[in-house]
Amino acid sequence: MNPAMTPVATPFFFYLLSGLAILGGLLVITRRNAVHSALALIVTLLAVAGLYLMLYAPFVAGVQIIVYAGGIMVLFLFVIMLVNLERTIRERQFNRIWPVGLVAGCALLALFLGVYAKGKSLFPEQARGLAEGNNTQQIGEMLYGNYMFAFEIASLLLLVAILGAVIMAKKRI
Amino acid sequence: MAEISTLHYLVVAAALFVLGVIGVLTRRNVVIVLMSIELILNAVNLNLVAFSRMWGGLHGQIFSIFIVVDAAAEAAVGLGILIAFFRNKETINVDEIDLLKW
Repeated sequence: MNPAMTPVATPFFFYLLSGLAILGGLLVITRRNAVHSALALIVTLLAVAGLYLMLYAPFVAGVQIIVYAGGIMVLFLFVIMLVNLERTIRERQFNRIWPVGLVAGCALLALFLGVYAKGKSLFPEQARGLAEGNNTQQIGEMLYGNYMFAFEIASLLLLVAILGAVIMAKKRI
Repeated sequence: MAEISTLHYLVVAAALFVLGVIGVLTRRNVVIVLMSIELILNAVNLNLVAFSRMWGGLHGQIFSIFIVVDAAAEAAVGLGILIAFFRNKETINVDEIDLLKW
């Protein structure tokens, strides 16, 4: 990728979007009210969609916004409103072993960062340039070509998930 | 500021992943545990798309689309189980769900 193709504001937008994503993630796991957590999760999802756009993946960004922020989050909000909220807000929010979980998470982060710091030289300095403009067309051709079988399996998986969700949530079959 | 490399995206994804892990391990509300799982899947997707960009192919993006499909299926089934459980036990706290523990 030659320097002329690099957008000028890339570092600024990268830090803005990743900061938004991490802030949203922090709010998701600390808020008392589950609706607030869901709204923070939407912020994270949109920020990650922005990061996909910066990685030249517009189709994945669109899928992220439509399926995640549009579909899955609506499902979450419906379920939050079906189960009663008033009682859980007044209760303890973290379980009894939360310090263990926190320490384990921090150890995992230290492990990741250690591995990245040690393996830094394995990453190429410059990302390879992608052919721009026909990302969606290429993904479509691959989905219906190379990945045809996996695509059909995924549709079957969604069918099974729909059946499972309906059977589980129905009062009497 | 220096140019943004693949490693920057990996660090952001690692932070999101760890936030999700901490949420799964510490929260009591099942809905928020499921949201933390979505955070983890998003971190994995970000890694896949970043690697896809690094190698100049599209296979990582295809894989991330399949992971989005999986996340939708997982959320639907998980929330269905949650509704069924709430109807029987009137609680959505993970540490009170111990029917199989003895």
